[in-house]
Amino acid sequence: MPSNTRPSQAHYVAPIEETPLVAIDSVKAEGKPSNLWTDAWRDLRKRPMFWISAVMIVILVIVALFPTLFTSVDPRYCQLSLSNQGPGGDSLLGYNRQGCDIFARIIHGTSTSLAVGLIVSFLVALLGVIFGAFSGFYGGWLDAVLSRIGDIFFSIPYILAAVVVMSVFSQYANVWTISLAIGAFAWPATARVLRAEILRVKNADFVMAATALGVSRFRILLRHVLPNSIAPVLVITTISLASAIVAEATLSFLGVGLPSTTMSWGNDISQAQVDLRTNPQTLILPSIALSVTVLSFIMLGEVIRDALDPKARAQR
Amino acid sequence: MAGYILRRLLQAIPVLLGTTFLIYFMVFAMPGDPIVALFGEKTPPPQVLEAVRERYNLDKPFIVQYLLFLGGIFQGDLGISFSGEPVSDILARTFPVTLRLALLSTLFLMVGGILIGLISGLRKGGIFDASALVVSLILISLPIFVIGFVAQFVFAIQLGWFRTTVGPGAPWGDLVLPAIVLAAGSFAQIVRLTRSSVIETDGQDFVRTAASKGLSRRRIVPVHILRNSLIPVVTYLAVDFGVLMVGATVTEGIFNVPGVGNTLYQAIIRGEGPTVVSFVTVMVLIYLVVNLLVDLLYAVLDPRIRYAK
Repeated sequence: MPSNTRPSQAHYVAPIEETPLVAIDSVKAEGKPSNLWTDAWRDLRKRPMFWISAVMIVILVIVALFPTLFTSVDPRYCQLSLSNQGPGGDSLLGYNRQGCDIFARIIHGTSTSLAVGLIVSFLVALLGVIFGAFSGFYGGWLDAVLSRIGDIFFSIPYILAAVVVMSVFSQYANVWTISLAIGAFAWPATARVLRAEILRVKNADFVMAATALGVSRFRILLRHVLPNSIAPVLVITTISLASAIVAEATLSFLGVGLPSTTMSWGNDISQAQVDLRTNPQTLILPSIALSVTVLSFIMLGEVIRDALDPKARAQR
Repeated sequence: MAGYILRRLLQAIPVLLGTTFLIYFMVFAMPGDPIVALFGEKTPPPQVLEAVRERYNLDKPFIVQYLLFLGGIFQGDLGISFSGEPVSDILARTFPVTLRLALLSTLFLMVGGILIGLISGLRKGGIFDASALVVSLILISLPIFVIGFVAQFVFAIQLGWFRTTVGPGAPWGDLVLPAIVLAAGSFAQIVRLTRSSVIETDGQDFVRTAASKGLSRRRIVPVHILRNSLIPVVTYLAVDFGVLMVGATVTEGIFNVPGVGNTLYQAIIRGEGPTVVSFVTVMVLIYLVVNLLVDLLYAVLDPRIRYAK
C-alpha cells in the first residue's frame, strides 16, 4: 500500500508531478516567448513550397546580379545568318529572328524584371504604409481625405494608368520611370489592407496601456500599432512584386514599356509575336522565364500568408 | 435603402472628379507641349494637331481646360481619334463586340470557376482540391498575353480547332477562344474565392441544422451552401472588372477582336496619345459605374450592408 494514500481514500492518488496536468500548469519561464513571427517562421520552415520558392528567388537574384556566370554569349551580338535557328552547337535554346542567342537574352533580361519588381514593391509598401497608417490610426477628417485619395487612385486600373503615363513620357522610358508609373497607382490596395488592420489593432489593451503611460500618439503608432499590423502588408508586398513584373512585361508587350534597346522579357515576347507560327520558341522561352519568376514570388507570398494567418491555416 | 443609394452616389462624385482630373493632369499639366509629347515621334497631320489643340483649349488656364474637358464628357463629347473619327462613334461601333466577349468570358468564368471552386471546397484536402490549387497557382503566374499566345498557338495554329483571329462581325463562335483566354486571367481567383467561401459556409450552423433535419447532401449543397457562398464571389467580379478591361485590351489585340480593347490596343501600339487618353477615361468611367451598380446590387442582396453606419 503506497504511503500517500489517506485512509479514507480507496485508490492511489498520484502526486501532481506524475500526472499530465503538470504540462498544462507549467509555465516555461526560461523558453523564448512565442509571437506571431517566431510561430510563422516555425511554420514556414516545415513547408516545401517555402523552400522551393526561396531557392528559386535566390537563384534568380544571383542570375540578375551576375549574368555572365551563366552565359558568356553577348546578348546584343546578333548575326542575321543565324536567324531563327534551332538549338544546337553553341546555343542552348537557339536564336531569335535577329539571330540573337535566346538563352543569353533571357539570362540578361532577369535583372530588368527583378529591378522593376523591387522598386515597385518598395514604392507600394512605402506609400501604402504612409497612407494606410495615418488614415487608420488618426481617423477623422485625415482618414476621410486620405481614403478618398486612395479611392481615386484605386479606381484607375494601374496598368491603364501606366499606359497613359508612359505614353506621355515615352522619351524618358527606363526602369525607374516605368516603376514609378506602376507604383504610383498600385499602392491603394496596400493602404486599404493596412488601414483595416490598424482599425482592429488600435483598440487593443496594450495601446491603452501605452496611452496611460503617457506615450505620445505618434510613438504609439510607430512602436506599438504598426509592428502589430504590418503582417498583411508583408504578404501583399510580396504579391505586388510579382504583379509589378507582370505589369512591366504587359507594358513592354503593348509597346509603351521599356525602350527596345533595354533587355527585357516583355520586349522579347513582344518582338517574337510575329514569329509565333514559324519559330514559337522565341516567344515561349522568355514567357516561361517570366512565368517561373512570377510564380516564385506568388508562391512565397502565399506561404507567408498561410503562415501568418492562423484562420487560413485552419481552413486548409 | 434610398438613403444608402443616395450616400453611395454622393461618395462616387469626388472619385469621379478625382479620376478624370488625375488623368487630365498627368497628360496636360506637364511642362512642354503636351500635344507634341502625346504624339511622341510621330508627326500628326496639321489638321489633327489643330483640332486637338482646339479641343483641349490649351490657350486657357489649366483648370478651365479641365472643366471644359469634363463638361464635354458629360455632353457625350469624348474627343476625336487620330483618324478624325469621334471617339463616341468608335465606342458605339466597338462596344457591342466587347460586351459579347465579356459576357461569354464571364459565363465561362462563373460556370467553370464556381464549379471547380465548389468541388474543391466540398472535398478539401483531396486530390481534386490539390490539383485545382496547383493549376490555379500556375494560371495566376501567367500574364494574360502569354496565355493568349499559347492558346492561339496550340488550339488555333497546331490543332486548328479555332480560327487564329476573329473574323469580320465577330461571330460568337470566333469569340470562344478569346473569351476562354480572358476568363483564364481571373479564373484562379474565382476558384480560390469560391473554395474558401464554400468551406466557410459548410461550417455554419444553418448547414448543420439542414443536415440534422434530414435533408440530403444533394439538396444542401446547391440550396444552402452554394447560394450563400456566392455573395463574395459576385462582389469580386466587380473588383475584377479592372483586370478584365486590361485583359480585354491585350486579348482583343492578340485575336484582333474588333472591340473597345482592340481600339485602345491599336492606339497604344501606334502611339496615338489623345485617343489613348480618351479611351482610358472612358474605361475608368465604365469601371466606376460598374462598381457603383455592384455596390447597390450587393446592398439589395445583403441587408446588413444597408444598415452598416
